[in-house]
Amino acid sequence: MTEITETVRPFTAASYNQYLAEGKLMASRCTDCGTLHLPPRAICPKCHSENLEWTETSGVGKLAGFTVVSIAPTFMIEQGYGRGNPYVSGIVELEEGVKISARITGVDATKPQEIKVGTPLTVDFITVGEGEKAKTYLAFKAV
Amino acid sequence: MTNRPLPRGVAIVGAGMSKFGAFPDKNGRDLFVEAYKEMRRSVDKGIDPSAIESFYLGNFSSDLFEHQGHTAPLLADAVGLTPIPAARVENACASGATALRQGVMAIASGMVDVVLVGGAEKMTNLPTSDVTDTLATAADVPFEIAAGFTFPGFYAAIATAYMARYEMKPEHLMNVAIKNHDNGALNPNAQFGVSIQKWMEGRIASAITKGKPAPTWGDIWDFLHDDSANPMIAWPLRLFDCSPITDGAAALLLVAEERAKDFTDHPIHIIGSGQASDAALHDRAVLTSLSAAKLAASQAYEMAGVSANDIRIAEVHDCFTIAEVVASEDIGFFAPGEGFKAAEDGMTARTGAKPINTSGGLKAKGHPVGASGVAQVFEIWKQMRGEAGERQVPVDVPLAMTHNVGATGSSCVVHIYERRN
Ligand SMILES: [Zn+2]
Repeated sequence: MTEITETVRPFTAASYNQYLAEGKLMASRCTDCGTLHLPPRAICPKCHSENLEWTETSGVGKLAGFTVVSIAPTFMIEQGYGRGNPYVSGIVELEEGVKISARITGVDATKPQEIKVGTPLTVDFITVGEGEKAKTYLAFKAV
Repeated sequence: MTNRPLPRGVAIVGAGMSKFGAFPDKNGRDLFVEAYKEMRRSVDKGIDPSAIESFYLGNFSSDLFEHQGHTAPLLADAVGLTPIPAARVENACASGATALRQGVMAIASGMVDVVLVGGAEKMTNLPTSDVTDTLATAADVPFEIAAGFTFPGFYAAIATAYMARYEMKPEHLMNVAIKNHDNGALNPNAQFGVSIQKWMEGRIASAITKGKPAPTWGDIWDFLHDDSANPMIAWPLRLFDCSPITDGAAALLLVAEERAKDFTDHPIHIIGSGQASDAALHDRAVLTSLSAAKLAASQAYEMAGVSANDIRIAEVHDCFTIAEVVASEDIGFFAPGEGFKAAEDGMTARTGAKPINTSGGLKAKGHPVGASGVAQVFEIWKQMRGEAGERQVPVDVPLAMTHNVGATGSSCVVHIYERRN
């Protein structure tokens, strides 16, 4: 019997999105200098090493900056968002120190002045569409 | 990173721009022809076009905006300059200044003596949602746009981080819009050649003419806080915090310094040039300044041998009001966290100690993406030569700066200019 081992996924946006669909926010870690990279990178910009490994993040962080989008891009308009139904996008700083752009849920998009930088957040996933058309987006939810 | 001085001096001897605005009957090429013609007329001793040896064009996305690629040879041909080398330079909203830097390097290298630098963008063919999507291609699409960010959204996130770190309120940003519209009102090429006061009065007069109830705004602050007059785009940024969608073009004639006197007795010398790149916004240590801008500015200062104190005026990349506040700090005019106070105190007004965006900036003059970085230089050229008319600053301008940003600071190009007589 041959043992089936999962090959290491390439450090690409496609792999990152595949992990999101599996409910994991994955980063890459440089095995030479230890620096964590999110979004995942194939080359470490700190030491230029090409030796990286996938690492699941803690999924715990806080809001570093945000906006409530009223004039939305087409793909969000198609999801029903826009002037009458704004949504929150933000930059989240994980407890590991790395930052990532994500949708922010669990806050009131109609009261942006009450949303605070520093709000504690945990990772969440938003799946839109079904079957082959399903796409999972990264989100963080206010604790 | 080494920062060597230019091996050969470069001077601007001509500058022109089209009117900025929405022109349904003109394409990017037509607008560039207008800018080129004005540039020709601006050369004091005249220019024989056959002397032009190379052309660099700043253009972000003619492909998506106009369904037209390979733009540089077309524009070169439209002004009768083929078969000279023509190349398009794309660095999002910093395309214009990046094209300028290519021109500077071409002359400084000794390969050519006379270069045409252009910038052009035709944006108003598309509906707003398609423009939003096209501009979004300047971001890190799979990671940033998937999170729902738009360009106003990115700068809004910078604004929230800035507000959390410093004592700024959204209202402070309105000072930048008011100031830039006041300047734009004095610029005949501006898309919005009207102050916010006059804009508000126009809205009231129009309502009365149409027999509708007249709005009851007490002053421009009322007007700017009214969700119907100044709708939210991406909190905390409202419509008047955002630069518009614009058609326009600009052109510059650069020559080797030793040949400048053949064209004019009043050249503007480019004495400093800096450029830097950066990762996506979320991948930076701080959100309240643009490190590529700080680095580009420090390179330009070092090359020029001058400091922020020496620079009299600057045209900075105010794609959004918060961007001007951050820019005014990144170029060293004000300390971090002080830029919004300087705007509030009138320091950056035309008559202030550190005038910024006397042209009206991207905010009021308009922001035809690839043209903006070149049109900034047109304003500096006018101000340094004392030709800015009603908006001429009240002080002599021997040293000036331009600061042109791509996306959220993934590109930044800074140039320093000197007038020697
Ligand atoms: Zn490393």
